[in-house]
Amino acid sequence: MDIDLMLKVYPFFLEAAWVTILLSVLTAILGLICGTLGAAARLSRFAVLRFLGAAYVSVFRGTPALIQLFILYFGGPQIGIQLDAFEAGVIGLGINAGAYMTETIRGAIIAIDKGQREAARTLGLSGWQATYRVILPQAARLMVRPLGVNLNMLIKATALVAAIAVVELTYTAQRYIGSTYKPFEMFLLAGVLYMIIIYVVGRGVAWLDRKVQIT
Amino acid sequence: MGLDFSIIPKYMDIILLGVGWTVGITVAAALLSFVGGIIFAVIALYAPWLVRQPFRLIEWVFMGTPLLLQLFLIYFGLVQIGIDLPAFVAGIIGLGLHFAVYNSELIQTAILAVDKGQMEAARTLGCSRAQALRKVVIPQAVRAVIPPIGNNMIALLKDSALVSVIGVSELTLSAQRVIGKTYRPFEFYILAAAFYYVINLCMEWVQRKIERRISISR
Repeated sequence: MDIDLMLKVYPFFLEAAWVTILLSVLTAILGLICGTLGAAARLSRFAVLRFLGAAYVSVFRGTPALIQLFILYFGGPQIGIQLDAFEAGVIGLGINAGAYMTETIRGAIIAIDKGQREAARTLGLSGWQATYRVILPQAARLMVRPLGVNLNMLIKATALVAAIAVVELTYTAQRYIGSTYKPFEMFLLAGVLYMIIIYVVGRGVAWLDRKVQIT
Repeated sequence: MGLDFSIIPKYMDIILLGVGWTVGITVAAALLSFVGGIIFAVIALYAPWLVRQPFRLIEWVFMGTPLLLQLFLIYFGLVQIGIDLPAFVAGIIGLGLHFAVYNSELIQTAILAVDKGQMEAARTLGCSRAQALRKVVIPQAVRAVIPPIGNNMIALLKDSALVSVIGVSELTLSAQRVIGKTYRPFEFYILAAAFYYVINLCMEWVQRKIERRISISR
Protein backbone atom coordinates (compact mmCIF):
# COMPACT_ATOMS: atom_id res chain seq x y z
CA MET A 1 0.00 0.00 0.00
CA ASP A 2 1.34 3.37 -1.03
CA ILE A 3 0.84 5.50 2.08
CA ASP A 4 2.93 8.41 0.77
CA LEU A 5 0.68 8.75 -2.24
CA MET A 6 -2.41 8.61 -0.07
CA LEU A 7 -1.06 11.35 2.18
CA LYS A 8 -0.30 13.44 -0.86
CA VAL A 9 -3.74 13.25 -2.44
CA TYR A 10 -6.05 13.07 0.57
CA PRO A 11 -6.68 16.86 0.71
CA PHE A 12 -8.33 16.56 -2.70
CA PHE A 13 -10.54 13.79 -1.38
CA LEU A 14 -11.51 15.88 1.62
CA GLU A 15 -12.50 18.73 -0.67
CA ALA A 16 -14.49 16.29 -2.81
CA ALA A 17 -16.20 14.94 0.31
CA TRP A 18 -17.62 18.40 0.94
CA VAL A 19 -19.07 18.39 -2.56
CA THR A 20 -20.63 14.98 -1.85
CA ILE A 21 -22.09 16.33 1.41
CA LEU A 22 -23.45 19.46 -0.27
CA LEU A 23 -24.94 17.35 -3.06
CA SER A 24 -26.51 15.02 -0.50
CA VAL A 25 -28.03 17.84 1.52
CA LEU A 26 -29.51 19.63 -1.50
CA THR A 27 -30.74 16.37 -3.00
CA ALA A 28 -32.32 15.35 0.29
CA ILE A 29 -34.17 18.68 0.56
CA LEU A 30 -35.46 18.45 -3.00
CA GLY A 31 -36.29 14.78 -2.49
CA LEU A 32 -38.33 15.57 0.62
CA ILE A 33 -40.23 18.29 -1.23
CA CYS A 34 -40.95 15.97 -4.19
CA GLY A 35 -41.78 13.11 -1.83
CA THR A 36 -44.24 15.22 0.15
CA LEU A 37 -45.94 16.47 -3.00
CA GLY A 38 -45.92 12.95 -4.44
CA ALA A 39 -47.48 11.48 -1.31
CA ALA A 40 -50.09 14.25 -1.21
CA ALA A 41 -50.93 13.51 -4.86
CA ARG A 42 -51.15 9.76 -4.25
CA LEU A 43 -53.51 10.29 -1.32
CA SER A 44 -55.57 12.97 -3.05
CA ARG A 45 -59.32 12.91 -3.51
CA PHE A 46 -58.83 13.60 -7.21
CA ALA A 47 -58.26 10.62 -9.47
CA VAL A 48 -56.09 12.66 -11.86
CA LEU A 49 -53.66 13.57 -9.07
CA ARG A 50 -53.63 10.01 -7.79
CA PHE A 51 -52.77 8.79 -11.27
CA LEU A 52 -50.01 11.39 -11.70
CA GLY A 53 -48.55 10.49 -8.32
CA ALA A 54 -48.57 6.79 -9.12
CA ALA A 55 -47.04 7.41 -12.56
CA TYR A 56 -44.28 9.53 -11.01
CA VAL A 57 -43.35 6.77 -8.57
CA SER A 58 -43.57 4.01 -11.15
CA VAL A 59 -41.52 5.73 -13.84
CA PHE A 60 -38.79 7.14 -11.60
CA ARG A 61 -38.43 3.96 -9.58
CA GLY A 62 -38.71 1.81 -12.69
CA THR A 63 -35.78 3.26 -14.64
CA PRO A 64 -32.12 3.70 -13.68
CA ALA A 65 -31.23 6.94 -11.94
CA LEU A 66 -28.19 7.16 -14.20
CA ILE A 67 -30.40 7.28 -17.30
CA GLN A 68 -32.61 9.91 -15.66
CA LEU A 69 -29.53 12.03 -15.03
CA PHE A 70 -28.38 11.62 -18.62
CA ILE A 71 -31.79 12.57 -19.99
CA LEU A 72 -31.77 15.73 -17.89
CA TYR A 73 -28.15 16.73 -18.43
CA PHE A 74 -27.50 15.67 -22.03
CA GLY A 75 -31.07 15.66 -23.35
CA GLY A 76 -32.24 18.76 -21.47
CA PRO A 77 -30.74 21.29 -23.89
CA GLN A 78 -32.82 19.78 -26.72
CA ILE A 79 -36.01 20.73 -24.91
CA GLY A 80 -34.68 24.05 -23.65
CA ILE A 81 -33.34 23.04 -20.24
CA GLN A 82 -29.74 24.20 -19.80
CA LEU A 83 -28.18 23.09 -16.52
CA ASP A 84 -24.60 22.75 -15.38
CA ALA A 85 -23.55 19.32 -14.15
CA PHE A 86 -23.99 20.10 -10.46
CA GLU A 87 -27.48 21.53 -10.93
CA ALA A 88 -28.47 18.60 -13.13
CA GLY A 89 -27.13 16.25 -10.47
CA VAL A 90 -29.12 17.81 -7.66
CA ILE A 91 -32.34 18.07 -9.67
CA GLY A 92 -32.05 14.63 -11.27
CA LEU A 93 -31.16 12.82 -8.04
CA GLY A 94 -33.67 14.88 -6.04
CA ILE A 95 -36.58 13.97 -8.28
CA ASN A 96 -35.44 10.35 -8.25
CA ALA A 97 -35.13 10.23 -4.47
CA GLY A 98 -38.53 11.93 -4.23
CA ALA A 99 -40.15 8.94 -5.91
CA TYR A 100 -38.80 6.61 -3.21
CA MET A 101 -39.69 9.08 -0.45
CA THR A 102 -43.23 9.39 -1.82
CA GLU A 103 -43.79 5.75 -0.96
CA THR A 104 -42.18 6.12 2.46
CA ILE A 105 -44.29 9.13 3.39
CA ARG A 106 -47.46 7.65 1.96
CA GLY A 107 -46.83 4.41 3.81
CA ALA A 108 -46.45 6.22 7.12
CA ILE A 109 -49.64 8.24 6.58
CA ILE A 110 -51.83 5.28 5.68
CA ALA A 111 -50.43 3.37 8.65
CA ILE A 112 -52.22 5.79 10.99
CA ASP A 113 -55.50 4.37 12.23
CA LYS A 114 -58.58 5.65 10.41
CA GLY A 115 -60.29 6.22 13.74
CA GLN A 116 -57.86 9.08 14.40
CA ARG A 117 -59.27 11.10 11.54
CA GLU A 118 -62.83 10.17 12.38
CA ALA A 119 -62.33 11.17 16.00
CA ALA A 120 -60.75 14.48 14.97
CA ARG A 121 -63.63 15.22 12.63
CA THR A 122 -66.13 14.34 15.33
CA LEU A 123 -64.42 16.82 17.65
CA GLY A 124 -65.10 19.53 15.10
CA LEU A 125 -61.75 19.77 13.25
CA SER A 126 -61.94 20.42 9.51
CA GLY A 127 -60.48 17.85 7.12
CA TRP A 128 -57.31 19.87 6.67
CA GLN A 129 -56.95 20.48 10.40
CA ALA A 130 -57.35 16.77 11.08
CA THR A 131 -54.58 16.00 8.60
CA TYR A 132 -52.29 18.74 9.81
CA ARG A 133 -52.81 18.47 13.57
CA VAL A 134 -53.64 14.82 14.13
CA ILE A 135 -52.50 12.59 11.28
CA LEU A 136 -49.21 14.16 10.20
CA PRO A 137 -47.65 14.52 13.66
CA GLN A 138 -48.22 10.81 14.25
CA ALA A 139 -47.13 9.80 10.76
CA ALA A 140 -43.95 11.88 11.07
CA ARG A 141 -42.78 9.61 13.88
CA LEU A 142 -43.18 6.55 11.70
CA MET A 143 -41.35 8.20 8.80
CA VAL A 144 -38.04 8.93 10.48
CA ARG A 145 -36.50 5.50 10.23
CA PRO A 146 -37.55 4.62 6.66
CA LEU A 147 -36.62 8.10 5.47
CA GLY A 148 -33.23 7.42 7.05
CA VAL A 149 -32.92 4.40 4.76
CA ASN A 150 -33.85 6.60 1.80
CA LEU A 151 -31.21 9.08 2.90
CA ASN A 152 -28.56 6.38 3.14
CA MET A 153 -29.37 5.26 -0.42
CA LEU A 154 -29.39 8.83 -1.61
CA ILE A 155 -25.89 9.53 -0.28
CA LYS A 156 -24.54 6.52 -2.14
CA ALA A 157 -26.51 7.51 -5.24
CA THR A 158 -24.71 10.87 -5.37
CA ALA A 159 -21.77 8.86 -6.75
CA LEU A 160 -23.68 8.71 -10.04
CA VAL A 161 -22.97 12.35 -10.81
CA ALA A 162 -19.36 11.27 -11.35
CA ALA A 163 -20.65 10.09 -14.73
CA ILE A 164 -21.52 13.68 -15.69
CA ALA A 165 -18.17 14.91 -14.34
CA VAL A 166 -19.18 16.58 -11.09
CA VAL A 167 -16.00 16.60 -9.03
CA GLU A 168 -17.25 14.72 -5.96
CA LEU A 169 -15.74 11.75 -4.14
CA THR A 170 -16.27 9.03 -6.71
CA TYR A 171 -15.17 11.23 -9.60
CA THR A 172 -12.06 12.19 -7.66
CA ALA A 173 -11.30 8.54 -6.92
CA GLN A 174 -11.86 7.64 -10.55
CA ARG A 175 -9.57 10.40 -11.74
CA TYR A 176 -6.77 9.42 -9.37
CA ILE A 177 -7.15 5.74 -10.21
CA GLY A 178 -6.66 6.77 -13.82
CA SER A 179 -3.57 8.87 -13.14
CA THR A 180 -1.86 6.78 -10.44
CA TYR A 181 -3.00 3.20 -11.22
CA LYS A 182 -3.56 2.67 -7.50
CA PRO A 183 -7.21 1.59 -7.39
CA PHE A 184 -7.07 0.10 -3.91
CA GLU A 185 -5.55 3.15 -2.23
CA MET A 186 -7.98 5.51 -3.92
CA PHE A 187 -10.92 3.29 -3.07
CA LEU A 188 -9.77 3.26 0.54
CA LEU A 189 -9.61 7.06 0.71
CA ALA A 190 -13.01 7.61 -0.89
CA GLY A 191 -14.60 4.62 0.83
CA VAL A 192 -13.60 5.71 4.31
CA LEU A 193 -15.00 9.17 3.70
CA TYR A 194 -18.28 7.74 2.40
CA MET A 195 -18.55 5.47 5.40
CA ILE A 196 -17.89 8.34 7.79
CA ILE A 197 -20.62 10.41 6.14
CA ILE A 198 -23.06 7.50 6.18
CA TYR A 199 -22.20 6.59 9.76
CA VAL A 200 -22.72 10.14 11.02
CA VAL A 201 -26.00 10.49 9.15
CA GLY A 202 -27.12 7.08 10.43
CA ARG A 203 -26.40 8.11 14.03
CA GLY A 204 -28.26 11.38 13.45
CA VAL A 205 -31.29 9.53 12.14
CA ALA A 206 -31.21 7.09 15.07
CA TRP A 207 -31.00 10.03 17.51
CA LEU A 208 -33.93 11.78 15.83
CA ASP A 209 -35.91 8.55 15.81
CA ARG A 210 -35.42 8.12 19.56
CA LYS A 211 -36.25 11.76 20.13
CA VAL A 212 -39.62 11.65 18.37
CA GLN A 213 -40.88 8.43 19.93
CA ILE A 214 -43.42 8.96 22.69
CA THR A 215 -42.63 5.95 24.81
CA MET B 1 -32.37 21.42 -31.74
CA GLY B 2 -35.85 19.93 -31.66
CA LEU B 3 -36.84 16.35 -31.10
CA ASP B 4 -36.91 13.78 -33.84
CA PHE B 5 -37.92 10.28 -32.82
CA SER B 6 -38.12 9.06 -36.44
CA ILE B 7 -34.37 8.45 -36.33
CA ILE B 8 -34.76 5.62 -33.81
CA PRO B 9 -35.55 2.62 -36.10
CA LYS B 10 -32.25 3.07 -37.95
CA TYR B 11 -30.26 2.34 -34.79
CA MET B 12 -32.63 -0.13 -33.23
CA ASP B 13 -30.34 -3.12 -33.80
CA ILE B 14 -27.57 -1.56 -31.67
CA ILE B 15 -30.02 -0.73 -28.91
CA LEU B 16 -31.58 -4.19 -28.97
CA LEU B 17 -28.14 -5.77 -28.69
CA GLY B 18 -27.64 -3.58 -25.63
CA VAL B 19 -30.94 -4.81 -24.22
CA GLY B 20 -29.69 -8.37 -24.66
CA TRP B 21 -26.50 -7.58 -22.77
CA THR B 22 -28.39 -5.83 -19.99
CA VAL B 23 -30.68 -8.83 -19.54
CA GLY B 24 -27.74 -11.25 -19.67
CA ILE B 25 -25.67 -9.29 -17.16
CA THR B 26 -28.66 -8.87 -14.85
CA VAL B 27 -29.46 -12.59 -14.89
CA ALA B 28 -25.82 -13.63 -14.36
CA ALA B 29 -25.30 -11.11 -11.56
CA ALA B 30 -28.62 -12.09 -9.99
CA LEU B 31 -27.60 -15.75 -9.87
CA LEU B 32 -24.21 -14.84 -8.42
CA SER B 33 -25.82 -12.58 -5.83
CA PHE B 34 -28.27 -15.30 -4.85
CA VAL B 35 -25.67 -18.05 -4.40
CA GLY B 36 -23.24 -15.56 -2.87
CA GLY B 37 -25.95 -14.31 -0.53
CA ILE B 38 -26.57 -17.81 0.80
CA ILE B 39 -22.84 -18.47 1.28
CA PHE B 40 -22.30 -15.09 2.96
CA ALA B 41 -25.27 -15.67 5.23
CA VAL B 42 -24.00 -19.08 6.33
CA ILE B 43 -20.54 -17.64 7.00
CA ALA B 44 -21.98 -14.70 8.93
CA LEU B 45 -24.07 -17.00 11.11
CA TYR B 46 -22.05 -20.19 11.52
CA ALA B 47 -18.38 -19.61 10.67
CA PRO B 48 -15.83 -19.39 13.49
CA TRP B 49 -15.17 -15.94 14.94
CA LEU B 50 -11.87 -15.49 13.08
CA VAL B 51 -13.53 -15.96 9.70
CA ARG B 52 -16.66 -14.05 10.64
CA GLN B 53 -15.05 -10.80 11.70
CA PRO B 54 -13.10 -9.90 8.54
CA PHE B 55 -16.18 -10.97 6.71
CA ARG B 56 -18.37 -8.52 8.53
CA LEU B 57 -15.89 -5.79 7.71
CA ILE B 58 -16.23 -6.61 4.01
CA GLU B 59 -20.00 -6.60 4.33
CA TRP B 60 -19.88 -3.26 6.06
CA VAL B 61 -17.67 -1.77 3.34
CA PHE B 62 -19.94 -3.05 0.60
CA MET B 63 -23.01 -1.57 2.24
CA GLY B 64 -21.38 1.72 3.15
CA THR B 65 -19.88 2.74 -0.18
CA PRO B 66 -21.44 3.45 -3.57
CA LEU B 67 -21.65 0.64 -6.10
CA LEU B 68 -19.99 2.80 -8.74
CA LEU B 69 -16.90 3.14 -6.56
CA GLN B 70 -16.87 -0.61 -5.95
CA LEU B 71 -17.03 -1.26 -9.68
CA PHE B 72 -13.98 0.95 -10.23
CA LEU B 73 -12.14 -0.93 -7.48
CA ILE B 74 -12.97 -4.35 -8.87
CA TYR B 75 -12.32 -3.49 -12.50
CA PHE B 76 -9.07 -1.59 -12.04
CA GLY B 77 -8.02 -3.49 -8.94
CA LEU B 78 -8.13 -6.84 -10.71
CA VAL B 79 -6.04 -5.39 -13.52
CA GLN B 80 -3.53 -4.15 -10.95
CA ILE B 81 -3.02 -7.59 -9.46
CA GLY B 82 -2.61 -9.02 -12.92
CA ILE B 83 -6.07 -10.43 -13.56
CA ASP B 84 -7.19 -8.89 -16.82
CA LEU B 85 -10.87 -9.74 -17.01
CA PRO B 86 -13.19 -8.50 -19.73
CA ALA B 87 -15.20 -5.51 -18.48
CA PHE B 88 -18.47 -7.40 -18.50
CA VAL B 89 -17.09 -10.11 -16.23
CA ALA B 90 -15.83 -7.47 -13.81
CA GLY B 91 -19.26 -5.86 -14.02
CA ILE B 92 -21.05 -9.11 -13.23
CA ILE B 93 -18.70 -9.81 -10.31
CA GLY B 94 -19.15 -6.27 -8.97
CA LEU B 95 -22.93 -6.26 -9.25
CA GLY B 96 -23.14 -9.85 -8.00
CA LEU B 97 -21.02 -9.25 -4.89
CA HIS B 98 -22.72 -5.96 -4.08
CA PHE B 99 -26.17 -7.52 -4.13
CA ALA B 100 -24.95 -10.74 -2.49
CA VAL B 101 -24.25 -8.64 0.59
CA TYR B 102 -27.77 -7.20 0.57
CA ASN B 103 -29.28 -10.64 -0.08
CA SER B 104 -27.18 -12.08 2.72
CA GLU B 105 -28.78 -9.68 5.20
CA LEU B 106 -32.22 -10.91 4.17
CA ILE B 107 -31.23 -14.58 4.21
CA GLN B 108 -29.61 -14.27 7.66
CA THR B 109 -32.83 -12.89 9.09
CA ALA B 110 -34.79 -15.67 7.39
CA ILE B 111 -32.48 -18.44 8.62
CA LEU B 112 -32.81 -17.14 12.17
CA ALA B 113 -36.58 -17.06 11.71
CA VAL B 114 -36.77 -20.76 10.81
CA ASP B 115 -37.96 -22.64 13.87
CA LYS B 116 -35.14 -24.12 15.97
CA GLY B 117 -37.06 -27.37 16.14
CA GLN B 118 -36.38 -27.90 12.44
CA MET B 119 -32.65 -28.09 13.00
CA GLU B 120 -33.09 -30.21 16.13
CA ALA B 121 -35.43 -32.60 14.35
CA ALA B 122 -33.04 -32.96 11.44
CA ARG B 123 -30.14 -33.64 13.80
CA THR B 124 -32.22 -36.21 15.65
CA LEU B 125 -32.94 -37.95 12.36
CA GLY B 126 -29.21 -38.34 11.85
CA CYS B 127 -28.36 -35.40 9.59
CA SER B 128 -25.05 -33.68 10.19
CA ARG B 129 -25.18 -29.95 10.97
CA ALA B 130 -24.19 -29.08 7.40
CA GLN B 131 -26.77 -31.48 5.99
CA ALA B 132 -29.48 -30.09 8.22
CA LEU B 133 -28.61 -26.58 7.09
CA ARG B 134 -28.46 -27.48 3.43
CA LYS B 135 -31.49 -29.73 3.23
CA VAL B 136 -33.83 -28.46 5.91
CA VAL B 137 -33.14 -24.95 7.17
CA ILE B 138 -31.91 -23.09 4.09
CA PRO B 139 -34.67 -24.28 1.72
CA GLN B 140 -37.26 -22.95 4.16
CA ALA B 141 -35.39 -19.71 4.69
CA VAL B 142 -34.91 -19.13 0.97
CA ARG B 143 -38.61 -19.52 0.36
CA ALA B 144 -39.39 -16.84 2.90
CA VAL B 145 -36.96 -14.35 1.38
CA ILE B 146 -37.95 -14.70 -2.25
CA PRO B 147 -40.25 -11.65 -2.28
CA PRO B 148 -37.73 -9.19 -0.78
CA ILE B 149 -34.93 -10.69 -2.88
CA GLY B 150 -37.12 -10.01 -5.91
CA ASN B 151 -37.02 -6.33 -4.98
CA ASN B 152 -33.24 -6.50 -4.77
CA MET B 153 -33.10 -8.06 -8.22
CA ILE B 154 -35.18 -5.24 -9.66
CA ALA B 155 -32.75 -2.81 -8.05
CA LEU B 156 -29.94 -4.83 -9.62
CA LEU B 157 -31.44 -4.38 -13.07
CA LYS B 158 -31.42 -0.62 -12.63
CA ASP B 159 -27.93 -0.60 -11.17
CA SER B 160 -26.67 -2.66 -14.10
CA ALA B 161 -26.68 0.68 -15.96
CA LEU B 162 -23.60 1.58 -13.91
CA VAL B 163 -21.40 -0.98 -15.63
CA SER B 164 -21.57 1.24 -18.72
CA VAL B 165 -19.06 3.42 -16.88
CA ILE B 166 -16.40 0.68 -16.96
CA GLY B 167 -17.11 0.12 -20.64
CA VAL B 168 -19.59 -2.74 -20.83
CA SER B 169 -21.72 -2.32 -23.95
CA GLU B 170 -25.06 -2.88 -22.31
CA LEU B 171 -28.15 -0.79 -22.90
CA THR B 172 -26.86 2.47 -21.44
CA LEU B 173 -23.53 2.40 -23.23
CA SER B 174 -25.22 1.31 -26.47
CA ALA B 175 -27.45 4.36 -26.20
CA GLN B 176 -24.36 6.48 -25.55
CA ARG B 177 -22.64 5.06 -28.62
CA VAL B 178 -25.63 5.82 -30.83
CA ILE B 179 -25.83 9.32 -29.35
CA GLY B 180 -22.16 9.77 -30.24
CA LYS B 181 -23.13 9.24 -33.88
CA THR B 182 -26.46 11.04 -33.98
CA TYR B 183 -26.15 13.80 -31.34
CA ARG B 184 -29.67 12.96 -30.20
CA PRO B 185 -29.29 12.31 -26.44
CA PHE B 186 -32.88 13.01 -25.46
CA GLU B 187 -34.43 10.56 -27.92
CA PHE B 188 -32.08 7.67 -27.25
CA TYR B 189 -31.89 8.01 -23.48
CA ILE B 190 -35.69 8.09 -23.39
CA LEU B 191 -35.67 4.96 -25.53
CA ALA B 192 -33.20 3.29 -23.17
CA ALA B 193 -35.33 4.32 -20.20
CA ALA B 194 -38.39 2.82 -21.90
CA PHE B 195 -36.58 -0.49 -22.36
CA TYR B 196 -35.47 -0.54 -18.72
CA TYR B 197 -39.02 0.22 -17.70
CA VAL B 198 -40.40 -2.66 -19.74
CA ILE B 199 -37.81 -5.13 -18.40
CA ASN B 200 -38.64 -3.85 -14.93
CA LEU B 201 -42.36 -4.49 -15.49
CA CYS B 202 -41.60 -8.00 -16.72
CA MET B 203 -39.55 -8.70 -13.59
CA GLU B 204 -42.35 -7.40 -11.37
CA TRP B 205 -44.77 -9.68 -13.20
CA VAL B 206 -42.52 -12.71 -12.69
CA GLN B 207 -42.07 -11.76 -9.04
CA ARG B 208 -45.86 -11.65 -8.53
CA LYS B 209 -46.21 -15.05 -10.21
CA ILE B 210 -43.58 -16.60 -7.98
CA GLU B 211 -45.04 -15.04 -4.86
CA ARG B 212 -48.47 -16.39 -5.68
CA ARG B 213 -47.05 -19.82 -6.30
CA ILE B 214 -45.24 -19.88 -2.98
CA SER B 215 -48.27 -18.71 -1.06
CA ILE B 216 -50.50 -21.40 -2.58
CA SER B 217 -48.15 -24.25 -1.74
CA ARG B 218 -48.04 -23.20 1.89
